[in-house]
Amino acid sequence: MATQSLLQERASRLNWREALPTIFAILYVLIVFSLLRSLNRADLWFPTYSSILFPLFVFSPFIIFALKIPFALRAVLIAIIGLVLMPILGMQDSFYLELITQIAIFAAMAIGLNVVVGFAGLLDLGYVAFFAVGAYLWGIFTSNANTIVRISGAQAAPELFWLFLFLGVIAAAITGILLGLPVLRLRGDYLAIVTLGFGEIIRILVSNLSNISSNRRNPINITNGAQGLPGILSPPLPDFMFQAVESLTNSLGLPVNNVRAFTYQLFYYGLVLIVCALSALIAARLDNSPIGRAWTAIREDEVAAQAMGVPKVKMKLLAFALGASFAGAMGVIFAARNTFVSPESFSFIQSIFILAVVIVGGMGSIRGAIFGAAIVTLLNLQVLKNFSLQINALRNIDWVVPIIDFPIRNWPQQLEPARYERLVFGLLLIVMMIFRPSGLLPAKRRQLELQGERAERISEKELTADVAEIRPEDLLSAPAAIGEAKEAKAANAADIAEDLPADQPPTPGEGLPDEPKEKP
Amino acid sequence: MPLLEARGVTKRFGGLIAVQNVDYCIEPHTINAIIGPNGAGKTTFFNLMTGIYTPDEGRIIFDGKDITGLKPNRINQAGIARTFQNIRLFGAMTVIENCLVGMHRRLHVDWVQAILRPPAFNRQEREAQRRVEELLDFVGLRDKANEVAKNLPYGDQRRLELARALASEPKLLLLDEPTAGMNPQETAAAMQLFRAVRDEFGITVLLIEHDMRVVMGISERVTVLDYGQKIAEGSPEEVRRNPRVIEAYLGRGSAASYI
Ligand SMILES: Nc1ncnc2c1ncn2[C@@H]1O[C@H](COP(=O)(O)OP(=O)(O)O)[C@@H](O)[C@H]1O
Ligand SMILES: [Mg+2]
Repeated sequence: MATQSLLQERASRLNWREALPTIFAILYVLIVFSLLRSLNRADLWFPTYSSILFPLFVFSPFIIFALKIPFALRAVLIAIIGLVLMPILGMQDSFYLELITQIAIFAAMAIGLNVVVGFAGLLDLGYVAFFAVGAYLWGIFTSNANTIVRISGAQAAPELFWLFLFLGVIAAAITGILLGLPVLRLRGDYLAIVTLGFGEIIRILVSNLSNISSNRRNPINITNGAQGLPGILSPPLPDFMFQAVESLTNSLGLPVNNVRAFTYQLFYYGLVLIVCALSALIAARLDNSPIGRAWTAIREDEVAAQAMGVPKVKMKLLAFALGASFAGAMGVIFAARNTFVSPESFSFIQSIFILAVVIVGGMGSIRGAIFGAAIVTLLNLQVLKNFSLQINALRNIDWVVPIIDFPIRNWPQQLEPARYERLVFGLLLIVMMIFRPSGLLPAKRRQLELQGERAERISEKELTADVAEIRPEDLLSAPAAIGEAKEAKAANAADIAEDLPADQPPTPGEGLPDEPKEKP
Repeated sequence: MPLLEARGVTKRFGGLIAVQNVDYCIEPHTINAIIGPNGAGKTTFFNLMTGIYTPDEGRIIFDGKDITGLKPNRINQAGIARTFQNIRLFGAMTVIENCLVGMHRRLHVDWVQAILRPPAFNRQEREAQRRVEELLDFVGLRDKANEVAKNLPYGDQRRLELARALASEPKLLLLDEPTAGMNPQETAAAMQLFRAVRDEFGITVLLIEHDMRVVMGISERVTVLDYGQKIAEGSPEEVRRNPRVIEAYLGRGSAASYI
């Protein structure tokens, strides 16, 4: 009896201890949430507070996800954060909703790029092109610009949004294959350069497919050129949604000014969340399937993968097509939400931005892509901008930094944090590459590798390809190799000629001289 | 009918003729060896048979089908699997995953199924996993199934390469210097494994070897390449006594004095 109760006690104590991290995590979420709720925009220090507290809030789902509790429980907690707490914050200040929507858009694209770069190892520097394809598809068909579509009366009704979401996926996938076909033989830096060029081609194409491009007058206007496409439509929402949102905000004591606009914000937030979650699910399932394994194999060693029966062409095209499709879907949503697209939105720096998200998060890691999107977007859109706002706010009241007695109005305009977005961004990447090259949340595979890093390893030299490519050095060294081979013959000859009994082996290694062309 | 037949196969690299007009036959269910000095063109001949290179001249017929110029994955599909002289595993993947890639051509690969996961997909994955585990048992890597390939010791990497090749259920298995770098015990174990491959799986084996004990010990037929040309062929005993072979290995003068 005594032992039994002792055991029971121990068990309960163990449970209690195991529950502690969960309790702390929940407390963390609630504290951060209520602090955010208590912020007041009129407060002098509001920009600083919100740019500290909101990122802490955005990290909370990741903290919950890392808990060692059943998956269902984590899912419920994360759903509460995403579907209850976040909308409440949005009612208080819709900028938070903007931010989180932007994060989810980048996250979904980073997941898509991750399929191409992280899984299949195909470095793509023109990924934003697929985003552009989706965005322009919906944009051209619903914009109020004088494009050929509008002139000929072929505009799409806003109800067709859902069809176009699907078409955007298809169009982006086809574009992915069109890009993939010519670059099948390319790898590494060559592939990067060609994809970069491809991204630029798409951008320049959309900025020139209009009747007002450069000096010449083209007969038809397709994309409205550099002016972009204004007045892009959103899908219609049923009336009850507006009513529901209105009564909900009123009953929570957080009435919003413009119910219509806020309902759409909530709608887009929910939509990108769904697309993002679907992207994550699809990417994870692909990764953990024969297709994902074939991609990894191609990434690791293309020749060996093919020799093992992996169809290289098919698998690479599949990676390009599937990866692109995520961006295509997000492009359609982006155009509708933004109501305006122009070639500016799809510049090279955007591709780099998405790639940076993948790298910061961890190549091949889906959690990493989402986390990276959060970090990079917050840094760009919130933290640095808020620091600038803060400095301006302080400047307005002639604030003086205590202790060092520095009047903030002397802070030079040139040193505004928001101007240093890309510098900070670059520094972040450099620091990452030095201290955490596999990303903030590395892929499981990468973790396994690192675990055994100290374990016995055969040297890089032995692993280098014996057939992968014909290098000029090989051709040059061929005569020398023959000379060496002659020398090596002596050892073999001894083996072959001597009548050795089987149980008396020759000195190990004697019969195995190095491959000639591996010798430096 | 021979399982594989090469007719007048030639491969040039610039001015160098790596493989020159080689005729070669492999009978089913045999263990064969190719020997020859370094640079003789043995690996190149393997690369020709597995589609990594396309012959400049000649044809290769496998299992009654002309496979000349086919892509490596097609040739693997036709039933030839191989290992590499300088081990080429998928370093970042686990032991099991490496073998599952080897099984690629045996699986029904469909991205829609991979996303939707119908029962058939899960069944296939389970079945593949089970078969791979059997193979790992066979080569003695069962307890390392979840380790990452590049962290394995050298000998285990060789074994894994063998298991990966077997996973594609080939009719013909090509092994490029499979015992290179092994100590005598490991070599003996490897030889037993190669024999088992033939006896238990009924797979025809062709190996490139430098270790004469392996060549003489397990191969039924030995072919000698020198400067890309076939200079001798026959039973291990015949080859060893062949004056041209001795000459190739020791040079003309020494051959005379040896005899
Ligand atoms: N990709 C290549 N490019 C140029 N020369 C090559 C290439 N592959 C092999 N060779 C040359 O062909 C010859 C035969 O090489 P190889 O088949 O590797 O010989 P072995 O395997 O018999 O030692 C060597 O002289 C080698 O340098
Ligand atoms: Mg070789």
